[in-house]
Amino acid sequence: MAFDSHEKRVFKQVGTRPPRPDGVDKVTGRAQYGADVTAPGMLTARILRSPHAHARIVSIDTSEAEAMAGVKGVVTGRDFALPEDAGLADIAVNVMARDKALYDGHAVAAVAAVSPAIAKAALKAIKVQYEVLPHVTDVDAAMQPGAPVVLEGRALESVPAGMSVNVTHASEFGHGDLAAGFAKADRIVERSFKTAATHQGYIEPHACLASVTVDGKADLWCCTQGQFMVRTVCAALMGMEASQLRVTASEIGGGFGGKTTVFIEPVALVLARKTGRPVKITMTRDEVFRATGPTVSTSIDVKIGMTKDGRITAGEARLRYSGGAFPCGTVDMGAMAAFAAYDLEAVRTQGWNALTNRPKEAAYRAPGAPQAIYAVESVVDELCQILKLDPLDVRIRNAAKKGTKSSYGPVFDDIGLLATLEAAKAHPHYKAPLKPGQARGVSCGFWFNFGGNTCVSLNVNTDGTVGVTEGNPDIGGSRASISLMAAEELGIPYDKVRTIVADTASLGYNDVTDGSRVTFSVGLATIAAARDAKTKMCARAAKIWGIDEEAVEWKDGAAWPAGPNAGQFPPMSLAEIAAVSFQTGGPIAGHHEVNADGAGVSFGVHLCDLEVDPETGKTTILRYSVFQDAGKAVHPDYVEGQMQGGAVQGIGWALNEEYIYGRDGRMQNPGFLDYRVPVASDLPMIEAVILEIPNPGHPYGVRGVGETPIVPPLAAISNGVSRAVGVRMQELPLSPPRVLKAIKAA
Amino acid sequence: MSSISVSTTVNGDPVDFVCTPDESLLDALRNRMGLTGAKEGCGTGDCGACSVTLNGRLVCSCLVLAAEAEGAEIATVEGMAGPEGLHPLQRAFIDHAALQCGVCTPGILVAAKALLERNPDPSDEEVRYWLAGNLCRCTGYDKIVRAVQAAAAEMRSA
Repeated sequence: MAFDSHEKRVFKQVGTRPPRPDGVDKVTGRAQYGADVTAPGMLTARILRSPHAHARIVSIDTSEAEAMAGVKGVVTGRDFALPEDAGLADIAVNVMARDKALYDGHAVAAVAAVSPAIAKAALKAIKVQYEVLPHVTDVDAAMQPGAPVVLEGRALESVPAGMSVNVTHASEFGHGDLAAGFAKADRIVERSFKTAATHQGYIEPHACLASVTVDGKADLWCCTQGQFMVRTVCAALMGMEASQLRVTASEIGGGFGGKTTVFIEPVALVLARKTGRPVKITMTRDEVFRATGPTVSTSIDVKIGMTKDGRITAGEARLRYSGGAFPCGTVDMGAMAAFAAYDLEAVRTQGWNALTNRPKEAAYRAPGAPQAIYAVESVVDELCQILKLDPLDVRIRNAAKKGTKSSYGPVFDDIGLLATLEAAKAHPHYKAPLKPGQARGVSCGFWFNFGGNTCVSLNVNTDGTVGVTEGNPDIGGSRASISLMAAEELGIPYDKVRTIVADTASLGYNDVTDGSRVTFSVGLATIAAARDAKTKMCARAAKIWGIDEEAVEWKDGAAWPAGPNAGQFPPMSLAEIAAVSFQTGGPIAGHHEVNADGAGVSFGVHLCDLEVDPETGKTTILRYSVFQDAGKAVHPDYVEGQMQGGAVQGIGWALNEEYIYGRDGRMQNPGFLDYRVPVASDLPMIEAVILEIPNPGHPYGVRGVGETPIVPPLAAISNGVSRAVGVRMQELPLSPPRVLKAIKAA
Repeated sequence: MSSISVSTTVNGDPVDFVCTPDESLLDALRNRMGLTGAKEGCGTGDCGACSVTLNGRLVCSCLVLAAEAEGAEIATVEGMAGPEGLHPLQRAFIDHAALQCGVCTPGILVAAKALLERNPDPSDEEVRYWLAGNLCRCTGYDKIVRAVQAAAAEMRSA
């Protein structure tokens, strides 16, 4: 749907900051999250997990557990269907191991019992005989010939012969003559980087409640970013038809991409079918860390050539990602995103994914991009240092703009990169003097954004209010922005609209809440559904007035005769038309179903002032500013919230967060004490500067904003730390011991 | 395991319940009293989502045994709003968009209320250190600090 460029629109409600409709529920404890739902006769299930990083499952003896009083059902991998589709089969095997445990924490059996205590005791009574196998958790080690083999025969055709069996994906992007480009450079820097896997760290552990009747009808309540995705996957794993499985999304306590797949939901369903009782599963935090999430871990080489006046002549990157124990295409995103911010004559990126004995990767805000852009932005920064150039000027000089052939192929339409760079340069933050020992880091960020399958119904109630039914869990205020767009389009007050998130039996399919797609795509469908309803309301007014439908137009929340020839009638408001709808043809509703494209790419620029304690290596963030193009900020509070929250997750990634593995291949820090996410006292205020360069693919110009903000912090902070300590840092996180070591080695 | 009978007060109401000796106060609140406002984010006292007050003291209810509630006064997020409406902190959190997913919000509200009872005029740094035991993964804390300060200002002028 194209931008409404023909109208010089003055928004009346979009762009304001009304209270979110679910606010009161969420500040009073009434909102029901995944673990808050119960059912009469409910059993509790617990999951037994592998203590080994890699082991053949020789046998599982569940007889003793099954005989315990209060135990109602035990399941293992044999109880799950293995779908033909490779992606679904991988999910099934990740949900419950079959012949091999592929990582520390991989589920091997589950017990449903009348109490959590009995379920827990029963896990101890299950006897699993393992044959421990050699393991590999490091991506570079996994790509070596002779590395322990995680899975065989999973390489795509694109993977060249002769690579390690663990390599599953290979991709290449770019254009131009690299050799000629590097020959034009006055200076070339080539560096290698590593980034640790991090977890999304949502505060709400996965939780679900399943109920299956003897005639095969099932209900599932769960915290998820996509109830329709849950239905698709679970129906396949259960051998059920979609219509027989109704999935209701609870309120969701954070996801960030980590709740775009299933872990426990099929287990609860299989146990509910086996026991005939509702079954609830809630993960512990230890399980969340060991068996869900995390991001890819990466190893990246970057080579960039620059002229002494700051023009990038060529850029090359080789990216090695591991998405854990299953094939993972996230490296493609990294290879596409690495140089997206630059208008380059010669660029090439190559990516490979390798299997390791780690949990299956799940999306985390802009999956694959932060790592690749961190590596590129680090080398750009080093070149700026060497050539004594201003890092923002260099980025402005090389910035991608409308008409740029992007490093991954497409030609960019209107994009906001230059505007964000110029806003950052003009901002007082960039001009503020630094004290001795302090440094300033800069980085660009990018994300593709996504539209996808979307379905919205908009019902006009007879009292003049409106209900919007959408299918995407509200992960950060989207009900408010959807209500705002409906109110804007219909010309009625915001508080006359109520937006609800429907279950899978109540609305057509919607893709998951991911790709920064909801405000863009559900918003677009809501506007179109409202236009559909307006057309119908104009027709009702025409009928009442006895004139042609085409002779009626909608403006300011009412149907009007279109011009003097249509006749003289007083306008009919939405409420007036709705009140008589039963007499004019029945209830009025608007609908829109779309597989939306035109999401519009997103760019941001971050500035970070910091200092490093030379005695401990600890980094303190002193000032932080985020500049990002939102297209049109529908509810600016929640746009700022995405920018601030994403930035802070990136700060955690840069400074503290990492999956730490022991020699035994087990995760050593599966808790919030040792996996340290940023706390309030670690941080300054995060200044969010919204720019609005309308997205040509949305009627109001909206772009998704959720993912880009996690991208720049990695390099912005690493660049700041590198400048502060006088050593180019090449590995994340910049934990105090690592920084201290670099200071001492210098 | 023999059960323990507990008599306590929750949000001003007398409550009797039976629990096991190893049961946490959080589990008793959620599973026996139906007060699901306090959340379990970690079960190890690291995230603060289960924050309640026990005799006025801010605690992680996942680290308190339910049996310890005997004779105590417990306050949870469900007791913050009165018949006259939302607590100023609750209103400020909505007005300042200090929540996104909202799952940490009950714990943060309980903790912030405990702060303002002790220190009605905290600095931003005092707010940040007081709330350092309450993890929020969505907001980056910026709007939370602003909301607490706005509520504090309103409560001081009341």
